[in-house]
Order: sequence, then structure tokens, then C-alpha cells
Amino acid sequence: MSVKLPIYLDNNATTPMDPRVLEAMLPYFVEKFGNAASRSHPFGWVAEEAVDYAREQVAKLIGADPKEIIFTSGATEADNLAIKGVFEMYASKGNHIITCTTEHKAVLDTCKHIEKLGGQVTYLPVQADGLIDLGELEKAITDKTILIAIMYGNNEIGVIQPVAEISKIARKHGVLFFTDATQAVGKIPVDVNADGIDLMAFSAHKMYGPKGVGALYVRRKNPRVKVTAQMDGGGHERGMRSGTMNVPGIVGFGKACELCMNEMQEEAQRLSLMRDRLEKSLLELEEAYVNGNIDHRLPHVCNISFKYVEGEGLMMGFNKNIAVSSGSACTSASLEPSYVLKALGLGDDLAHSSLRFGLGRFTTDEQIDYTIGAIKDTVLKLREMSPLWEMFKEGIDLNAIEWAHH
Amino acid sequence: MAYSEKVIDHYQNPKNVGTLDKSKNNVGTGLVGAPECGDVMRLQIEVDEASGLISDAKFKTFGCGSAIASSSLATEWLKGKTVDQALSIDNMDIVEELNLPPVKIHCSVLAEDAIKAAINDYRVKNGMPALELEEKKH
Repeated sequence: MSVKLPIYLDNNATTPMDPRVLEAMLPYFVEKFGNAASRSHPFGWVAEEAVDYAREQVAKLIGADPKEIIFTSGATEADNLAIKGVFEMYASKGNHIITCTTEHKAVLDTCKHIEKLGGQVTYLPVQADGLIDLGELEKAITDKTILIAIMYGNNEIGVIQPVAEISKIARKHGVLFFTDATQAVGKIPVDVNADGIDLMAFSAHKMYGPKGVGALYVRRKNPRVKVTAQMDGGGHERGMRSGTMNVPGIVGFGKACELCMNEMQEEAQRLSLMRDRLEKSLLELEEAYVNGNIDHRLPHVCNISFKYVEGEGLMMGFNKNIAVSSGSACTSASLEPSYVLKALGLGDDLAHSSLRFGLGRFTTDEQIDYTIGAIKDTVLKLREMSPLWEMFKEGIDLNAIEWAHH
Repeated sequence: MAYSEKVIDHYQNPKNVGTLDKSKNNVGTGLVGAPECGDVMRLQIEVDEASGLISDAKFKTFGCGSAIASSSLATEWLKGKTVDQALSIDNMDIVEELNLPPVKIHCSVLAEDAIKAAINDYRVKNGMPALELEEKKH
């Protein structure tokens, strides 16, 4: 059987929208176009009702109360609102934030901004497997600490941080805990109460919903958390995020959450079986290594370095047919390899040689078979072309060579 | 990033991949770049002593498609040239031929460096002084 090309295995970047989500959204563009804030007529009422229902669907997926959901334009905005909003709101308590080096740029760059505003930020290192050291976290807390911002599941390596343990430490010291759970919500069970989360960012387009809509969960009880609005205007979303509600997007987000709620468990099992098969087959290649902890990992993600071949060169061998991403410098404008892989202590050479696979709801066994074949062929072909592979095979220690850095 | 047709062709059908016997006096080897930077090129020339012409050239490259294409093209251009003629190959000729975008110009610079390093290796082996090479920006 021939497989339909190209194959999409970059579901950490974005997921295709589930057709059932689109179906739910469609009436809210033309027919039910009202502004959810229009309280005085049926057009507004219909829109408001749809938003309320979606808010329930979203809240249910994460075990929250609907009133604790603030809709945003996506996870980046939610990250900004959480960090900047807490920094402003709790300024009288302190100005210190703890985060870690493998966070998404939306968190790291927001923290850099906080530093410019006079805040103090501790960037915790991660261990070789990508997990933070809880002892280090606790040691970093000072009497000025107001927020711990540690992600749930990492976008590049899929490593899941010990969120419940982190929140216990945060509670013990009276510090708020924010987590960017963009890659985790809808993929694995996330419960804001069981996990002790005070604020949480997530996004629809990573869970088969539309782009341009996300949410910030803000705890209302034990403790009651408040954030200073970063978008001023009509006082929407309980004053925390002004701006006309993206009604079709929010409806789609709600539907996407409902589908994840119903299908997540089975889907996670199916994807982890496929992921493990892909990984096992690719590791049959010599000098191939998995990056990140494999026991605490999202079920649909794997990140592998194929030593002695360069990631972009590798992708070029199949990227017309298979969509994945690489930690190679060449795939970014900066010419710097992945800061996440470097944070694990990987040498630049291994970071340059990495591929990230993100499986998803629509990934099939046939696609995995094709991918295994294509990637193995390309790695072997490029190694025949690689001077480093030849040297490795001759037993030359590459670290002993004085390379001309440029 | 979209690659030019020529880059794709060199990547898919690289010319002159391989290894020459570097212990031979008429073989010059240049190894440039660094694994940490994401590209390493090894380029070799074999000089026919009777005619003074480069009779064979081989490469192996660790790097992106543009790096592979740059070195593949360089080996094609080297064959049949004298060593002196080979020195005149400029990285911008490679950029032009392969339509490399600005972010990939360093690949062509590396290929030029590899050519010069191979020539210098050949010169030193044959009792000639190494040439002073100007530094190009990568």
C-alpha cells in the first residue's frame, strides 16, 4: 500500500485541526456572528452562550472551574499575562521569579523583560535528562520570590517536569506556581488541583483546535490568584484580558478540549506504541541517541541525535515527504543550535545532529513505516558522505582534533 | 527554506564523494570547519605530476545541503585546473552558481577555505612554502 505524502510529524509545532472542531466553529462566523459582550440582544446572547459552553469544556479538561479560564490569543499571550501580570500584581511581596533554561522562548523572553523592569530572575539549569533538580529549585527560593514558572512538558524533547512536586515546594514557601502546559494539555491528564497549579497557559492549536486562541488558567481559591491585565480596554475576561472574544476560535477550542477529554487516554496509548516503534527502529542505527528522559516524557514525542550527520542536511533528504524539525543551527536564523539540547549538556555537534518527531491524532502505522525507512536510508547515505563518520570508523578521536572554529 | 534546483541536484547526486590516499605526495588534503559549528568539509586534490593538472578531486562533508553542494561543486571545478588556477576559485563564484541565500554564504567560504587548505597541504608536501591566506568572514 502506498502512503500519502507528505507525512506530518511536526505536531509539536502545530496540529491539524480536527474536522469535528471545524464543524463546531462554522456557525459562528456568518450566522451566529454576534459579539459575546453585547448584552442587549439575541445576537450577543447566542455568542455569550457559546463562549460560556466552551469555557466549561475547557475547564473540564483541566479540572478547573469555568470562572478560572481567561481566554487569550494563544499560549504566548497567556505566558506573558501570567508572568508580567503576577510581577505587577505582587510587586509589594517581592520581585524574584524562578524559571528554567529549557522553557519556551515565550517564557524566557518574558522573564528577560521582567529583568529589564528591575525584577530578579533565576534560570535553573536542567539535568542531563532534561528534568530540573527539586533541591536546586527549593534552594533558589528567597523571601523575595513571588513566582515559580516551570513548564509541564517540553516542546523539543517532550520531557515532563515533576509538576506536583514543584507545586508542593511552591506552596510550602507561599510562592505562586505557573506552568506553561501547551504541549501537555490534551495529550496527558492535567488536573490543576491534583497538580497544585496556580496559573497555567495552554493553546488550542496544539490539540487539534484552531490557531489564535489559548487560555490562562488563574486559580480562584486556595489561594485566590490575581494578575494585572496586560491588555486594557473593555474589561473582558473579568478585567484580566480586554478585547472582543474570538467566538468561533473559542468554540473550536472548547470542542477540541471535549474531544481530547474523551479520546486522550486511548490516543496516548496508540501514539506511545507508534512512537516507541519509531524510536526503537531508528536506534538500530549506530551512534543514534535519544535526547531527554524517556520515562517522564509525553507519549507522542521523541528527539534523536544521529551522530556525524547534520540535522538540516539530514532533513533535506526527506523533507519533501516527511515534516519533522531539527535542533540544527541551520534551521534557525540565528545559526545557533537548539538551546534546549545544549541545556541538557549536549555538545553542539550532537545538537546539530538532532531530529524531533511529534506524532499526532492522524498519524498512521503506514506513515511510521515509511518514515523509518526514509530516515534510515538518508542517515546511511549522509554518513557515507561524512568525513566525521569516516574518522570515527577509523578510530580517530574527534575531540582530540583542533578544529578551526569560525 | 527553499533550496535552488542546483543545490538539490548536488545534494541528491553529489559529484566526487570519496577519499584519496592522503599519504601520497601528489595528494593534498584540506579539512576545514568544526563539528560544533555544524559543518566540516574535507576536500582532496590529486595532482598529475607530468601535466601539473588536478587529475582528481574528492570530498566528504558533514553539513547542510548547501555545504554539501558547495563542496561537490568545488570538486567539479577543480578537476582539470592547474594548482594556480584552482587558487583563483572565489567563494562568490560558488554563491552565484548555486544561488545560495545570504544565510548560506558561509558554506561557500568554507568550500573556498577547503580548496586552499588542500592546495597548501600539497605545496608543503612538495617543498613549497604554504601560502598566506586572507581571512574571509564566515
